[in-house]
Amino acid sequence: MKHILKILGLLVAISAVWIGLLEASIVPSSQAWLLPVYLIVSLGCYGLLMVGIGLMFFPTCPQEAQMLHKDIAEAKEFLKKKGLDVGLD
Amino acid sequence: MEKNNKYSIIIPTYNERLNIGLLVYLIFKHLRELDFEVIIVDDGSPDGTQDMVKQLQQLYGEERILLRARPSKLGLGTAYCHGLKHASGDFVIIMDADLSHHPKYLPSFIRKQKETGANIVTGTRYVKSGGVHGWNLMRKLTSRGANVLAQTFLWPGVSDLTGSFRLYKKSVLEDVINSVVSKGYVFQMEMIVRASRKGYHIEEVPITFVDRVYGTSKLGGSEIVEYLKGLIYLLFTT
Repeated sequence: MKHILKILGLLVAISAVWIGLLEASIVPSSQAWLLPVYLIVSLGCYGLLMVGIGLMFFPTCPQEAQMLHKDIAEAKEFLKKKGLDVGLD
Repeated sequence: MEKNNKYSIIIPTYNERLNIGLLVYLIFKHLRELDFEVIIVDDGSPDGTQDMVKQLQQLYGEERILLRARPSKLGLGTAYCHGLKHASGDFVIIMDADLSHHPKYLPSFIRKQKETGANIVTGTRYVKSGGVHGWNLMRKLTSRGANVLAQTFLWPGVSDLTGSFRLYKKSVLEDVINSVVSKGYVFQMEMIVRASRKGYHIEEVPITFVDRVYGTSKLGGSEIVEYLKGLIYLLFTT
């Protein structure tokens, strides 16, 4: 099944719940009408939160750059010894 | 008795004369005992990359270093296909030539695959023991935003969609690559999403990524549009 169909299925299920709430009057009618808006806004806020948290805790590795420089020097040394041209780049 | 696996490492190159030498040295350093071959798919580099590869062949042997060049820049996806045709291993590893992917992680890919029997092992930069160096705030923001969008709408099953440091069972790579049509980094996304949809067992290992292309931002407005188009395309076709 294509992914978009799964998402549509989910939306249909959510719509069914929403209509059910409207009909059954568990939630006051005036507020029930706004539920989809609340859902979308919540989703947006959740997304922004995830981006913010991800940005705050973005994994970095500054020491890796140093280690890479060492590896590069070691590699250049070896290749030069074997006669390969590792000059100017 | 455990059968000895052979690993084919496919590296597309364009103007990586010095880097390919350094990379091959590091690969041999970290994969000492294993049975592997390095397949370099060069797209007609004008900087002498192929000459360097030929020198490496003299040093390490032509059975270990294969040069399978092409006349001009023909794209990443086709480079992998081209390399795949000449791969004699049971497993295929793809990685970048510019040393942003460090060969020291190769053993962890191989170990993970052996432990779990996975069809695909993909490197992820976005976990605690992984990481990125060389990205400014803007780059991190777009990366994170893209990731949240993809996770929310695509449910891909992996944490790093655009990564190109991966190990595939050869038959799995052949199967997936034939159903992929995208180009650029969306190609990598499509590969992993299609593999996920086909039910292949995918595992992740943490990797660190040192971006060596300082200053030249590869992420402008057009890349963002390309990404969104790719996302929508994947929503509807996978």
